Amino acid sequence: MLLLPELSMLLLSVVFLFLSLADRKESLFFWARAMALAGLVMTLAGVAGEGELFSGAYRVDLFSQIFKVLISVGFCYVVFMFGSEDEVDRRYLPDYLMFLTFSTLGLMMLASAVELISIVISLEISSFSLYAVVPLRKSQTKLQLEAAVKYLFFGAVSTGVMLFGMGYLYAMAGSTFLADIVRTLPAFISQPIGILALILTMTGFFFKLSLFPLHFWAPDIYEGASNTTTTFIATVPKIAAVALLVRIAMLAPSVSPPLANILIILAALSMTMGNLVGLIQRDVKRLLAYSGIAHAGYLMLGVISLNSDGGASAIYYIAIYLFMNLACFYVIILMSRSGENVMVDDLAGLSRRSPLLALTLAVSAFSLAGIPPTGGFTGKFFLFVSAFQEGYLTIVIIGAVNTVISIFYYLNLVRMSYSREPESRPTIALHFHEKALCYTLIFMILYMGLVPFGLLDIFQSAF
Amino acid sequence: MEKYLIMNPLDFPILSTIIFLPLVGVALILLMRKELAIKVTALIASIATLVLSVVLCAYFDPRTPRFQFGESLSWIQMYNINYTLGVDGITILLIVLTALVTPACVLCSWTSISQRIKEFMICILLMETSMIGVFCSLDFILFYVFWEAMLIPMYLLIAVWGGPQRDYASIKFFIYTLFGSVFLLVAIIALYLVNGTFSIPEAMYKNYPFQFQAWVFLAFAIAFAIKVPMFPFHTWLPAAHTEAPTAGSVLLASILLKMGTYGFMRFCLPITPVASFAFAPYIVALSVIAIIYGGFVCLSQTDMKKLIAYSSVAHMGFVTLGIFTFTKIGFEGAMLQMINHGITTGALFLSVGIVYERTHSRDIYDNAGLGKITPVYVGFFGLFAISSFGFPGTNNFVGELYVLVSAFAWSKAVGFLAVVGAVLAAAYMLRLLKLIVWGREDKRTIRDMNLREVIYLLPLGVFVIWIGLFPRPFVRMMEMTLSHLLWRLQGFSH
Repeated sequence: MLLLPELSMLLLSVVFLFLSLADRKESLFFWARAMALAGLVMTLAGVAGEGELFSGAYRVDLFSQIFKVLISVGFCYVVFMFGSEDEVDRRYLPDYLMFLTFSTLGLMMLASAVELISIVISLEISSFSLYAVVPLRKSQTKLQLEAAVKYLFFGAVSTGVMLFGMGYLYAMAGSTFLADIVRTLPAFISQPIGILALILTMTGFFFKLSLFPLHFWAPDIYEGASNTTTTFIATVPKIAAVALLVRIAMLAPSVSPPLANILIILAALSMTMGNLVGLIQRDVKRLLAYSGIAHAGYLMLGVISLNSDGGASAIYYIAIYLFMNLACFYVIILMSRSGENVMVDDLAGLSRRSPLLALTLAVSAFSLAGIPPTGGFTGKFFLFVSAFQEGYLTIVIIGAVNTVISIFYYLNLVRMSYSREPESRPTIALHFHEKALCYTLIFMILYMGLVPFGLLDIFQSAF
Repeated sequence: MEKYLIMNPLDFPILSTIIFLPLVGVALILLMRKELAIKVTALIASIATLVLSVVLCAYFDPRTPRFQFGESLSWIQMYNINYTLGVDGITILLIVLTALVTPACVLCSWTSISQRIKEFMICILLMETSMIGVFCSLDFILFYVFWEAMLIPMYLLIAVWGGPQRDYASIKFFIYTLFGSVFLLVAIIALYLVNGTFSIPEAMYKNYPFQFQAWVFLAFAIAFAIKVPMFPFHTWLPAAHTEAPTAGSVLLASILLKMGTYGFMRFCLPITPVASFAFAPYIVALSVIAIIYGGFVCLSQTDMKKLIAYSSVAHMGFVTLGIFTFTKIGFEGAMLQMINHGITTGALFLSVGIVYERTHSRDIYDNAGLGKITPVYVGFFGLFAISSFGFPGTNNFVGELYVLVSAFAWSKAVGFLAVVGAVLAAAYMLRLLKLIVWGREDKRTIRDMNLREVIYLLPLGVFVIWIGLFPRPFVRMMEMTLSHLLWRLQGFSH
């Protein structure tokens, strides 16, 4: 029963596997949504589970279950958002959904894996499914193919580097279990090999999180993949990456100064680079890719200050990050029903074409920028407090300055949709469930901004 | 907590009601479709807030320097963040001012805003909630949330309903203000790590080391100096004031600018007293520069709104001058000037809005020579214009006089330069008034003010004369708090 969430995802992917063999594809969306929702219910039901499986390689605890819920929520939203048949070739719809589900399964396993080999296997399950999903886009250009190849190469290289680091960890501890590594690592943590091993091991997750210097794939893949695929890649894998980064960072007893310094430098570069390059983007998805790179930097603040409440802040931030990104991408998905990319200029007059979409975009953009009363502010505030508490004043100031830089391009989205007049474009009609999704996302962003206490306490008790 | 906070004696949470009443209005407006119903609801919500704030005044006890009508609830326990509200002599009048100005903003937009009236009214009411929230908050995070949340509706007011250059003006306003606020946030976190709480009163009058005080002061000062705006940080103001719709300009001038000076009084002085004394000469210098510079720039303006915007730079210079000369009369003058500037400049922007609605031009020469055409309008405009440069018998005279006394006590040179600034104010305002009343001879048909416009200008006019002739009741409200503040500060002055 401990594996209920994973099993439901597995079942879901098998169902889609069989559906891809069948010819009837009319009610596909309905079943996908129903089953994703059922999966979410299963995951929620499994929250209280606790125990170890597979001789200790797989641990189910509140920490992992929280991440599974977040992953499941993200997956659910993506399935519900995915409604336009023009995005992916009709023939491949079941396969597409199967790969997404399979990737989600891998990510869920990642949240529970506490042994190096199972971590690698889970990571690869999710990655390989995503490599297959990226080129599935109905489009005239070859952009998505280029993106798929890039994603594959970058992913393979980062996995290789990660394995290299894991080799060092194994060499030191003589075991692949994180619990054993925790015991031996303190002896090595002040030596270069200990730091190198941890950093290299983290590389695989830096890649998923698109942290500098492993961010190169993000803009191209975001641009090349279909809107729904990008939504998935931009949100769900990052949740699992944070889970693993927190787990690995917990290995180091009271994050050691050299390690922390390296992470701080990466965080600072990631924020600054992401935000500066974000300023000049014309494609909204590319812009969000650079915004994601910057946010990866913010998330590292939580990882370096694990001792205090950093872990809880990091989870809180990734949770709100999920919702605000989903909201942003949903606006893109709904704006281009034919599945094309949306340029910043296309947003002109959005508030006239569809007030609700403009509002959704505005709320998520302000949240991404970190303006109260949205969740983006609250999350960022928790991160700043925990990093400051650990004495990392410099990175807090760099983060604060970056907020100001980033506001320019986030505000640009709002500005385009509110103060420009539309160039005789039609209004965008929304279905009931599309409106409902927008409202829930807006609600979640504001809720997490104003009423953080309940969730924060749960996240805190996971440590 | 009882040390500084008197809990609310009334049987309902009056401060929360005042803060969130406009939000109730927003919720109702969201459900409405008819334009008239929306306008009326907005008006009722804002007037109800005004009535409640008058009730607040009636129950306000001016004999104690402590915070009154206190409310406190735990908000985010993990970080010891509380929902704490309270009002003292510094904020009570600012709250009333906010509640007084908002109905005027609703009324002045009655016909001048033709599109998206629903969103417009929502923005105005959201502004009111966050502005009053800023003045009532006694918790740093609560304060910060209101302080920043204000940016969004204000940005939208400028960006959606603004003039031709609204794009530029709104973005500049947003980025400039946000730039200041992020350092405020860092300083707030620093204070939290020292005190273990985000409570504002508990952070006051502590013996922090000087270096810590200096950094916190600077972080605060950047945020507040941008909001005031003080001399080198003022460049966002003319753009934002000029491009905003009338209601936006009024809110900016009357309330938002006060947030900066309020911040200096509430945060800089009591929390970082030693640093405040140390940096006072620089702030005084910048204030004097603002007074003189603002005056000269005003002399050459041809755009009515721009002229009034720059005059705000000069007037706010008087306020910061009063605060950082550290005398009781200076504090009182600064507080009075905050209220006066809110009333007078707000009224001037409203007047410009009235004439703009008729002539569709803000240029002084396009609107010149109204004396014979629209006598009622010119009567009001004249009153506010002479009040703006501190004509005896009007409100600004009292405030400026107090500040000047304090400035002379600080240094003769500073006092002299401030007087020069006051004379410049007379010069540019009389030039504007002369042109508006007698500047052109040709006959045009321009409607005089209607009843609605008289209704929202009249209360402001009454206050101009009331504070001008009989400022005692207003001074009495703030007296205790200010002398307590000064007394505590003197403990740090050596």
